[in-house]
Amino acid sequence: MPLRSALTRQIGQIQDELLVLGSMVEHAALAAVDALKRRDAKAAKEIFEEDQQINEKRFAIENAILILMATQQPMAHDLRQLAAMLEVNTELERIGDYAKGIAKITMLLGDADIPVPVQEIDQMAQLAVSMLHRALGAFVAEDVPTALEIPKEDDKVDELYNVVYRLVVQTMISNPETIDLANLLMWVAHNLERMADRVTNICERTVFCATGELFEVNGMDEDDLNV
Amino acid sequence: MESKSDAFVRIATQTRTTSASPSVVDYAIEMRNVNVYYGAFRAVKDVNLQIEARKITAIIGPSGCGKSTVIRCFNRMNELIPGARLTGEVLFHGKNIYDPDVDPVQVRRLIGMVFQKPNPFPKSIYENIAWGARINGYRGNMDELVEESLRQAALWDEVKDDLHKNALALSGGQQQRLCIARTIAVKPEIILMDEPCSALDPIATLKIEDLMRELARDYTIIIVTHNMQQAARVSDYTAFFTVDEDRAGVMVEYGPTNQIFTRPRDRRTEDYITGRFG
Repeated sequence: MPLRSALTRQIGQIQDELLVLGSMVEHAALAAVDALKRRDAKAAKEIFEEDQQINEKRFAIENAILILMATQQPMAHDLRQLAAMLEVNTELERIGDYAKGIAKITMLLGDADIPVPVQEIDQMAQLAVSMLHRALGAFVAEDVPTALEIPKEDDKVDELYNVVYRLVVQTMISNPETIDLANLLMWVAHNLERMADRVTNICERTVFCATGELFEVNGMDEDDLNV
Repeated sequence: MESKSDAFVRIATQTRTTSASPSVVDYAIEMRNVNVYYGAFRAVKDVNLQIEARKITAIIGPSGCGKSTVIRCFNRMNELIPGARLTGEVLFHGKNIYDPDVDPVQVRRLIGMVFQKPNPFPKSIYENIAWGARINGYRGNMDELVEESLRQAALWDEVKDDLHKNALALSGGQQQRLCIARTIAVKPEIILMDEPCSALDPIATLKIEDLMRELARDYTIIIVTHNMQQAARVSDYTAFFTVDEDRAGVMVEYGPTNQIFTRPRDRRTEDYITGRFG
């Protein structure tokens, strides 16, 4: 039996749980946008409440990682892998929060008469979730070339964000009474755009895990703009 | 006429005062192309290693990789083993300690050693410290030297009321700190530690590790340890040794401990420190 097979197995189990969390988050994001498209406040409420399960999963994974760190003294690649999983775990939970935020907006919109740029928002969600799905695959496989490619797609998400922004502003100008509700749609687009940014962070951790190098893969994120 | 010993001490002390420069790394001792043979068997092959002053350098590696042999080269302890032979140079302040005009006794005073098993003399705590100093011609206040050495070894508070108690009555961890105090008392520059905690319980081990960090303010420390976590906790630099195809010990990788334990460059280091080889 190879040395440290128990540690290797335990790391693999945590990785599996991380993928489960990833699929919960992907589902939440797509379902939240679907509920918005259908203006289904009841479905949105369910998604909003299901975020609790994502949070619990996140804490369970974090706990498992900390126990392994404390009891197994991981070094080098093992250590990087666990540290990266800790980071990815947090990113996934935050992406879950964005989905929850979109669900909450759907609840707030209710059946108010306001045009939603459904097509663009749906495209943003499909793209962000596709990026996330592939980023998690690259993370598990430690596929550095793919991890470096995925963040480039963030530009497409940004373009869609700008389109949504313009459409929503047009709505505000043409009907100022909708400003409050239209502003919520801005937040939907913002959340989807941030999802893609979080995917970039996951890709950075993939590179770190594989090589030990820590750097920002795709230049600028929202935090840079806030300086 | 100046004796061998006096000449060596003079060289050491002269360079000691001139070598400290903030912009240049201050090396306490350096191995150049060192090979060690036991009879016809080459135990250590082509080691080049620069040890930074007032830092802790750990030597790690699997059994038989030559760790203990290497550390013993730093103060000519291998000479005491019949058939042992060294080629290459071990430079201390630019002087090869294996040169014929160097007195090995003086080398061992300036480069002291703490062993795996605590080995106090069967005498009082006080005499354990005073003895080495007296042999080396110390003419100062012996009480002060004993107290200072015990304080530096973080043992004073535990033994100050029992200085004339037999050292063998101390616990293992206290005995090891007494041995460190005994080493410090002769004012060395470098302290070699060969598995200093392997006979100690975890708490005594942590006390020695804390002590090492304190001592590194004034002394250069080189430690051989089987305990990788200890190397990771306590050292500034780590050298990883392994055995090559000829069963000779070779140095695979040497660098800052933070790098070795997070991003080792060599696959063999990675396999060893992650516990997948060894």
